Amino acid sequence: MPKRATFALVITAAGLALLLSFKTPSATNAPIGGSANVISGAAGGASASVSTGSTSGPRTAAGGPTGTTTTSGSAKAGTYTGTATQTRYGTVQVQVTVANGQVTNVLALQYPSGNPHSSSISQFAVPTLVNETLQAQTAQINAVSGATYTSQGFVQSLQSALVQAGA
Amino acid sequence: MGTVVSFDVRNSDVPAEALDRAVEYLHDIDRRFSPYKTDSEVSRIMRGELAVDDASPDVRWIMGLCDELTRLTDGYFDARGFRADGLPDPTGIVKGWAVEEAAYILIDSGATDFLVNGGGDIVARGSPVPGSSEPWRVGIQHPLERHKLAAVLEVRDGAVATSGTYERGEHVVDPHTGQPATDLVSLTVVGRSLTFADGYATAAFAMGRKGAEWLAGLDDYEAFAITSDGLTLATPGLPRVQNETPVA
Repeated sequence: MPKRATFALVITAAGLALLLSFKTPSATNAPIGGSANVISGAAGGASASVSTGSTSGPRTAAGGPTGTTTTSGSAKAGTYTGTATQTRYGTVQVQVTVANGQVTNVLALQYPSGNPHSSSISQFAVPTLVNETLQAQTAQINAVSGATYTSQGFVQSLQSALVQAGA
Repeated sequence: MGTVVSFDVRNSDVPAEALDRAVEYLHDIDRRFSPYKTDSEVSRIMRGELAVDDASPDVRWIMGLCDELTRLTDGYFDARGFRADGLPDPTGIVKGWAVEEAAYILIDSGATDFLVNGGGDIVARGSPVPGSSEPWRVGIQHPLERHKLAAVLEVRDGAVATSGTYERGEHVVDPHTGQPATDLVSLTVVGRSLTFADGYATAAFAMGRKGAEWLAGLDDYEAFAITSDGLTLATPGLPRVQNETPVA
């Protein structure tokens, strides 16, 4: 238990710094990746993959022994609103609630789809996600995975081209 | 089932007849499982002409697996519920399962470095350069820019499955509401088993962006989701190539 608390403190310090720094005006055109760690409740980008054993279904918070989001004595209770950040897809603005040294709620006040959604964060670990703006890339690859089924489309033709090219 | 399956085997000592057996296996699966073949066992089951208990062992096993996936995904994978007549439709995982079984035929024949791709459902083993540490590089199709990728994954031993709505506007239905799931455009699952990656990709897609969170809680599976508003969500353990330099 003490070991876990220490780990949590380390994560928290980084995590909260990230949360609170979001509040300061930023001159850069921050992609959603900069703020979305907050939306997902992730702490400082530390990869805490949650061990839950067998799952019983979808949930917004999962219990687990490794990695917690935020528990720190230095976090002041209250609600913090991040700056509205312009992204290519629209405006993102996040609000965070802190109570008892923990982040207890993360709410997207503004979200490009126009649909606000909130993630409730329990006192246990939260599945962390990394959120970025969709980019387009080309690259040297061996295969493509796409949502095709009975398809005459891109994946199939690219596949056959790769085979011909001996890639 | 209308899917092209390609085999890329890098071991020169794997006998050609192993590939022949894998291909024949896939044809057999198609005969028995394809809903597009009127006399396949699955079609007969879906018309109520054949009881699951009277079907071949593979078919019975797949139906049992569908029920197991329904339990694991809290009903978001559902081979029975959302059909009006209550008859089962296992086709959501048959492709992934068949490709995985075909891959095992190659493994049993001694192949250690290969990639099998069945319409985007992939099993990879070893390396494209046997004996090296180089991983297989798997691109995830970009939903909007057809000749581009949204991400590149590095896989040595694992499976990749993608669920989504890019092609033909087909929708995965949320079994709880009966409505098409529209929050995500694409969801890719990377993990140990292609059968389960396929099932989880379908289920998590139906959950919307919460599906990515749910997948983050699973030990052996990672996910990459593209939302309908142009965002991507990735689990931290996703084996993704970062900062890919675009090739002009």
